[in-house]
Amino acid sequence: MTDPILKIENVSKRFTRWPGMAERLVGKITGGGKPVTVHALSDVTLHVSQGEVLGIVGESGCGKSTLGRVVAGIYAPSDGSVTLKGDPIVREHGNRIDKLTTQVQMIHQDPFASLNPRMKVGETLAEGPRYHRIIPSGKVREGMRELLEKVGLEGAYADRLPHQFSGGQRQRVAIARALAMKPEVLVLDEAVASLDVSIQAQVLNLFMDLRRDLGLTALFISHDLSVVRHVCDRVAIMYLGRLVELAPADELYADPKHPYTAALFASVPTVGTGKRKFEAIKGEIPSPINPPPGCAFHPRCPLAGPRCRVEAPRLTGAGPARTVACHLNDGGVDTKAETAA
Amino acid sequence: MNAALDVQGLTTRFATRGDAVTAVNDVSFTVQKGRILGLVGESGSGKSVTGFSIMGLIDAPGEVAAGKVMVDGQDLRALSDEDMRKMRGNRVAMVFQDPMMTLNPVLRVGDQMAMAVRVHRKMSKAAALKEAQRALETVGIPSPEERLRAYPHQLSGGMRQRVAIAMALLHRPSVIIADEATTALDVSIQGQILAEVRDLADQTGAAIVWITHDLGVVSSLADDICVMYAGRIVERGTAQQVIDHPRHPYTQGLLDSIPALHEPGKHLPQIPGSTPQLSRLPQGCPFRPRCPRATEICATVPPADTKDGQTVLCHHPLE
Repeated sequence: MTDPILKIENVSKRFTRWPGMAERLVGKITGGGKPVTVHALSDVTLHVSQGEVLGIVGESGCGKSTLGRVVAGIYAPSDGSVTLKGDPIVREHGNRIDKLTTQVQMIHQDPFASLNPRMKVGETLAEGPRYHRIIPSGKVREGMRELLEKVGLEGAYADRLPHQFSGGQRQRVAIARALAMKPEVLVLDEAVASLDVSIQAQVLNLFMDLRRDLGLTALFISHDLSVVRHVCDRVAIMYLGRLVELAPADELYADPKHPYTAALFASVPTVGTGKRKFEAIKGEIPSPINPPPGCAFHPRCPLAGPRCRVEAPRLTGAGPARTVACHLNDGGVDTKAETAA
Repeated sequence: MNAALDVQGLTTRFATRGDAVTAVNDVSFTVQKGRILGLVGESGSGKSVTGFSIMGLIDAPGEVAAGKVMVDGQDLRALSDEDMRKMRGNRVAMVFQDPMMTLNPVLRVGDQMAMAVRVHRKMSKAAALKEAQRALETVGIPSPEERLRAYPHQLSGGMRQRVAIAMALLHRPSVIIADEATTALDVSIQGQILAEVRDLADQTGAAIVWITHDLGVVSSLADDICVMYAGRIVERGTAQQVIDHPRHPYTQGLLDSIPALHEPGKHLPQIPGSTPQLSRLPQGCPFRPRCPRATEICATVPPADTKDGQTVLCHHPLE
């Protein structure tokens, strides 16, 4: 494997809500009014190689979008670091960071919300490159036309407004806008989730073409396991802010090691399996304000043992290129005392 | 016939500044007791408007222009507004995508459920609360007694949707219409709810119309499937028939574009173009501009539903 271009090292992100004055006053009497902390990301380490597409999968609240935003430099990590070719991505004063954050571009879920409805599409596309002087000012218009053609639209569409486009076309514009900055890394946050299946296939095909032609490196964040399998080289499964499994896509889908990954696969309704009983994961996703002790998945896990309730599993190797955070993979689910006896 | 729901020739139009737009065009289907019909289509296909039309929830400038909606042999469209109001939530109930559309955020779950019970049945509030609690149990809500005292914001998204489904079940309706009811939920929660919906159909004998864009969901949940395109049902059959042997090129195209069925990294077969605007439907077959099998006849003559068991609205169906 080549040297990773993007390194996410031990990144944690906490959001703290401080109580308002009224809450603090009430808190003085009742003993409440303390700050509430959400652990959105806990100790996530991921390396992404040049030209690799890494899928980030998980249910709502698992921290996948927070991770995308940390990588894009929108949030600063509470602990740990994100580096692109050795330079840290943190929004700080000074010119250097301006340059860095433009090298990671994000594509959002809703193309209706991410495009300015009053700006011509060409203007939207040109705004970033013009400000950062990525394209010489004489060539901006021409460059925008080329970009639109690259994403399968007509160059003449540069003079149109977003409402004149369908959902799929808008998502193409959003992709063009990200590419306009000539980024090193793309972060796609549920970029095809709001599209109809037939349109989703078109956009996925476009993404795969661009990837091949431009050698894109990308984080592909999605809850849709079948989409992720189709476009990603490696897949990271997240649960409650932690990485629970990381593996090459084909290995992961052939043989999920973590019980959560397996349960996730079992609960996805797919075409072609016929009518069937759903093997539902029991229970709900716990609150990230007050995560369960030990392994975060143990209250829902069919295989949990006493050790899972007290000791959080660490990511350990489970094959040449894969890691999994589960006690089944590092000595069993019984407590150490019992294993020793 | 013991069909719980029998829809015949349902047509719904919306008056616009230009011509009237026909959002639902001559739609017919029946659902037997205890069966689940999956109504599938992309955005703008008219699947939700079909649901709203059945419920009598179409407001101006829209209008149900023609057709019959028979529930247990009674035509809903012939009812007065007052009688229809008595049917709604009682014999026919609807579950929406966003449970917060159904739930009142400032009332406790128990209070609003008891209210929904007492609208249709004379009983004490205590008895109504018991009914509510039973309904919550049926949809697999743990410790339902406590949940009755909770406000909607204290529940998770999956729990809220369960409460919305429980409310639909309060009067043991003959027909339940669910419009993208699990679309906003996580897969693990969706799996739980789909399993319960299946059990509900089997146990209560309710006829369920499950409206969704997700072919994966209908293929694992529904007994029968109707595929809608531009306001019409273009293909119908048992779930197995439609999924395993699609005959309409549109159904085929939809199934083909699902990534799960293809080798990773390969180009996905795609339906060219996008869904047509209902105000500017092409002549002939509305799917023609995107169809790989289209010929001259498709450009001029709309394919006809012969209504004698033919299941595909197409001049050149696949074998």
